[in-house]
Amino acid sequence: MSTEPGGTSTVPAQSNEVLAGSPPASSLRLVGQLALALAIWITAYRIIQPAADLVTSRVLGLDARTRLGSAVAFFLFEAPKVLLLLTLVVFAVGIVRSFFTPERTRAILSGRRESAGHVLAAFLGVVTPFCSCSAVPLFLGFVEVGIPLGVTLSFLISAPMVNEVALVLLFGLFGWKVAAIYMGTGLALAIGAGWILGVLKLERWVEPWVFESLGGAGVIEEERLTFSERVGQGAQAVREIVGKVWPYVLAGIAVGAGIHGYVPEGLMAGIMGKQAWWSVPLAVAIGVPMYSNAAGIIPVVQALLEKGAALGTVLAFMMSVIGLSLPEMVILRKVLRPQLIGTFVGIVAFGILVVGYLFNAIL
Amino acid sequence: MRIQVLGTGCAKCKTLAANAEQAVRELGLDAQVEKVEDVREIMKFGVMVTPALALDGKVKAVGKVLTASAIKELLAP
Repeated sequence: MSTEPGGTSTVPAQSNEVLAGSPPASSLRLVGQLALALAIWITAYRIIQPAADLVTSRVLGLDARTRLGSAVAFFLFEAPKVLLLLTLVVFAVGIVRSFFTPERTRAILSGRRESAGHVLAAFLGVVTPFCSCSAVPLFLGFVEVGIPLGVTLSFLISAPMVNEVALVLLFGLFGWKVAAIYMGTGLALAIGAGWILGVLKLERWVEPWVFESLGGAGVIEEERLTFSERVGQGAQAVREIVGKVWPYVLAGIAVGAGIHGYVPEGLMAGIMGKQAWWSVPLAVAIGVPMYSNAAGIIPVVQALLEKGAALGTVLAFMMSVIGLSLPEMVILRKVLRPQLIGTFVGIVAFGILVVGYLFNAIL
Repeated sequence: MRIQVLGTGCAKCKTLAANAEQAVRELGLDAQVEKVEDVREIMKFGVMVTPALALDGKVKAVGKVLTASAIKELLAP
């Protein structure tokens, strides 16, 4: 679909990837190409709204005031907008991440006082590349150099929960305030829950072999990357992440568009509104076992919010879906006893409940 | 030459192993691509992000799926 305008930004980067350690001239050309890609991106972004209106009314002959018309207009505007934003942000974050290898993060975290450690771990969780399939080696690597268990868990809470895909979708569909609230509460939750887990001294529930096998011999030499290699990593991130999530984004926005057009105003107020006190625990109970990526769930949730769901309930639902995932718990079972996983899920879920009630109360 | 792919069996690890095998085939090397799937063994390499590629016990790439041609360059510089 409309991935093409944003997708162009990957093309110049790719072609320069091979010129590692390149002379200034090619570096300059790369900057030029990036600037051109950005200009194309901005132009594309600006014409989405008129283009979507035009296609809906002229090409399809739909009236935006009808149900079908409003659903179609919604989809035609939101889908390209979110995909464009996603491409740009994933590209930029890909470049930022080339500066934060897990090795560097580990070096920053080791030897910190515990209090500062939690805060740093939560923030580094956002910028360090993370995939739940690497959760175990990462956990071992952190524990190996003496990073406290609680600080390691702070990192493992924030890394999946506060991620760039979720933030872009929240920004694109809800606006910057909700994105900022999500990021702020997600970080606070990672810091708080990690701190509590640290105070509880749960090391006895870590599989004993974790501490026995300490002292990995191999130290990996730091790669020194050139600017064009970093740009290449940004492009790689776009291919990997946007390439993977775009069907979910489109499906989510399509469902959202259906709700937008067809579900009557205020329907959700009774179920997910502020008055229903049980809505927050229910949202968390449904959200924790559910495993969907942010890309699919956020557009649906946005449409629900529009129909009267309360923001706190919606935030709680999203955090429990994105932040606590069953596959990651299964993977972590290799190094953590079930009691620790249970405590971990319990404390994070409780924190999410608090966030939900807090925002229902103050907004 | 000893070619080891470090990874706990995720999709990316399998792709990297397949790319390494392709590189070996294309270069006509007499080498086996060895998969290291035990976390404890992986940790001995000092690797925190999988998949990783090690040649003769030295880690050459971490957390990324190298293409067959990139692996060929590492194998036959």
